[in-house]
Amino acid sequence: MTAIVSGAATGLAPVDAAERAEFASLYERPLLELGAMARERARAAVPGATVSYIVDRNINYTNVCVTDCSFCAFYRRPGHEEGYVLSNEQIGAKIDEAKRIGAVQILMQGGHNPYLKLDYYTGLLDYIKTHHPIHVHGFSASELDIIARVHKVDVGTVIGELKDAGLDSVPGAGAEILVDEVRDRIARKKIDTARWLEIHRVAHEHGLLSSATMMFGAGESRADRVEHMIRVRDLQCETGGFTAFIPWTLQSDGTEMDGTPEATASEYLKTIAISRLVMDNVRNLQVSYVTQGPKVAQVALHFGCNDFGSLMMEENVVSATGTDFIMPRSTLVQFIEGAGFEAVSRYQDYSPVRPDLDWYCGCSVCMDRRVP
Amino acid sequence: MGGRVIFPRVEGELSVRPEAAELIAIAEKVEAGERISREDAIALFETDDLLAVGSMADLVNRRLNGDRVFYVANQHLNPTNVCILNKVCVFCSYGVRPLADDAYTMSLDEVYAEAEAARSSPTREFHIVGGLHPKLPLSYYTDMIRGLKERHPTVHIKALTAVEIAHLARLEGVSTVDVLRELLDAGLDAMPGGGAEVFSPAVRSTIADRKLAADEWLQVHREAHELGIPTNCTLLYGHVETAADRVDHMLMLRDLQDETQGFSTFIPLAWHPDNTALGRQMGVEGERTGGVDDLKALAVGRIFLDNVPHIKTHWIMVTTKVSQIALSFGVDDLEGTVVLEKVTHAAGADTPLGLDLDEIVELIRDAGKTPVERDSLYNAVGEPVVA
Repeated sequence: MTAIVSGAATGLAPVDAAERAEFASLYERPLLELGAMARERARAAVPGATVSYIVDRNINYTNVCVTDCSFCAFYRRPGHEEGYVLSNEQIGAKIDEAKRIGAVQILMQGGHNPYLKLDYYTGLLDYIKTHHPIHVHGFSASELDIIARVHKVDVGTVIGELKDAGLDSVPGAGAEILVDEVRDRIARKKIDTARWLEIHRVAHEHGLLSSATMMFGAGESRADRVEHMIRVRDLQCETGGFTAFIPWTLQSDGTEMDGTPEATASEYLKTIAISRLVMDNVRNLQVSYVTQGPKVAQVALHFGCNDFGSLMMEENVVSATGTDFIMPRSTLVQFIEGAGFEAVSRYQDYSPVRPDLDWYCGCSVCMDRRVP
Repeated sequence: MGGRVIFPRVEGELSVRPEAAELIAIAEKVEAGERISREDAIALFETDDLLAVGSMADLVNRRLNGDRVFYVANQHLNPTNVCILNKVCVFCSYGVRPLADDAYTMSLDEVYAEAEAARSSPTREFHIVGGLHPKLPLSYYTDMIRGLKERHPTVHIKALTAVEIAHLARLEGVSTVDVLRELLDAGLDAMPGGGAEVFSPAVRSTIADRKLAADEWLQVHREAHELGIPTNCTLLYGHVETAADRVDHMLMLRDLQDETQGFSTFIPLAWHPDNTALGRQMGVEGERTGGVDDLKALAVGRIFLDNVPHIKTHWIMVTTKVSQIALSFGVDDLEGTVVLEKVTHAAGADTPLGLDLDEIVELIRDAGKTPVERDSLYNAVGEPVVA
């Protein structure tokens, strides 16, 4: 077991009261001033005016879910006629398609399906690594939690077994807003803040890198968002296991929260800039072109973001709300270059893709799997 | 640790200090309130320092307009899509030949019927533009303006681009001044800024060969200004033009403005390639200008056109999200409610066809600005709307 994973080296102390107050007042600053401060931090974190992106495919292995989040349009209750679980062969075929267009990972996430046992997940991972080897970025904290609960084992055991079977990194989904008063309102049945953070800590302790997301514009306050950032930052001080922070705005169409006005573009840009300033110890900040559209995503590269996210060959969850911005690689590269940056294709650990590598992924977890 | 400042405020009037030497010199001019040169403006288009350009534009705008952002409750009316330039303007998908299946020409009664929407809304302006119809006489337009004025006496009429006015003059065998006088007499309040495209002869011959040339476009606006008709001016960007083409275009506008002070607003228009001959030829259908380019066109316009009072962002073309961000990049006017947009949507725009007034007010407020409802002449109407 790797004790502490590589990540941004961090000598930051936990946030003190003075910092907390100043972070909270950043929203009062002019938009462009925030942008310039965030840009300076981004340059220090990621030198060389590069913006990275990853070629990957989302595979949503099941849409059956018992968590009933009011902001989600993707899930179906158990027994619903539109509920599905993909077979291993279907998933393998999707991976082969993705690899043909140059994908270096799959992002595997699904509903909280109480009928799937741990051996389903280990069997699937083993099948993938044996027959369709690729980096598997999969199973967000709330999925890991339900697997542990269905099996009545601790989450460390689940993560250890999944890693042994082929899990390479953990996505940062399900964080929503890491403030329980907000979670109780929008995702009552989902894991609470402490559990989300604990699961990421355990993943990091098992040598798996993860990312952290934040879904905002769901009626939380600006102070709640800053608190969310501080909690990610404080855990990062301990583990260094977060690769990236990925904020995005609630898209409410077709969900129980339909009609909630979307956070505006100004609010989005301020929020990403403040994310960069608060989370000095998380190296990468990702734009959300799926929710913001390519124009705002491009502008966001001047407000502290250094990653354009994924080409996303398939995206079921957000497009279930009617948001749909899948673009060809040439267009994505053109958008990055048009903003004045060099576009770099990357692996999940944010290292650049090595075209001459004779292995399916160059991240350290996948490279470790190379030795029998 | 009390009193420690982690994020010190930027000193001076610019919220972002530029880094490159050539930008520092330009920023000094802007801070001193001096005019920037053609070369300066080209450098602003070519730099990657978007935030520094935005900050300069923001300063110029604050000095002119403070925190105010203007908007108008308006309705677009497009009486015909028949256009004798339908083959000439290869960037356009709206104009069609007279016998095309989708050709339409509204009768005056149809125009009045569509304008009835204004009765149940707070509309203060009709924006009327259309194709160059080979048969519709000047009287069609003067009758339309009189008819609309009779029915909606409090609504301003901003109608007919310089290109349409020159077309009517040719059709009637009279001068453009004569056409303008008759329109003014009928009740015309203001003129839109369309048809300028890009003045560079090389660009014009590529995208709109044989369309009204630069000096003719400028002459019609000069005549309008001399008659006391306020007008707007535009730049169509994002196709084959260079940064120098854009700046040369704006230079001609700035020179005329020095002479007449008749332009109210500069409106950069983002080209939409879908369903256009030029889009097919360039293989760019489905593509859009980048958000960075949209903001630069507005910001450089604000800095360079120091004698034009207002800069307008057209949310139909650049999305409401970019339009809102633009309010921090030197823009003080947000295109209005529109009601039913046809021209840009024919070229693939996927923005809404119209917005509600309260959406516009909320966007402005959320950007930290003060919304001011205006009429066509930029008079504030009533108090700022309280949502």
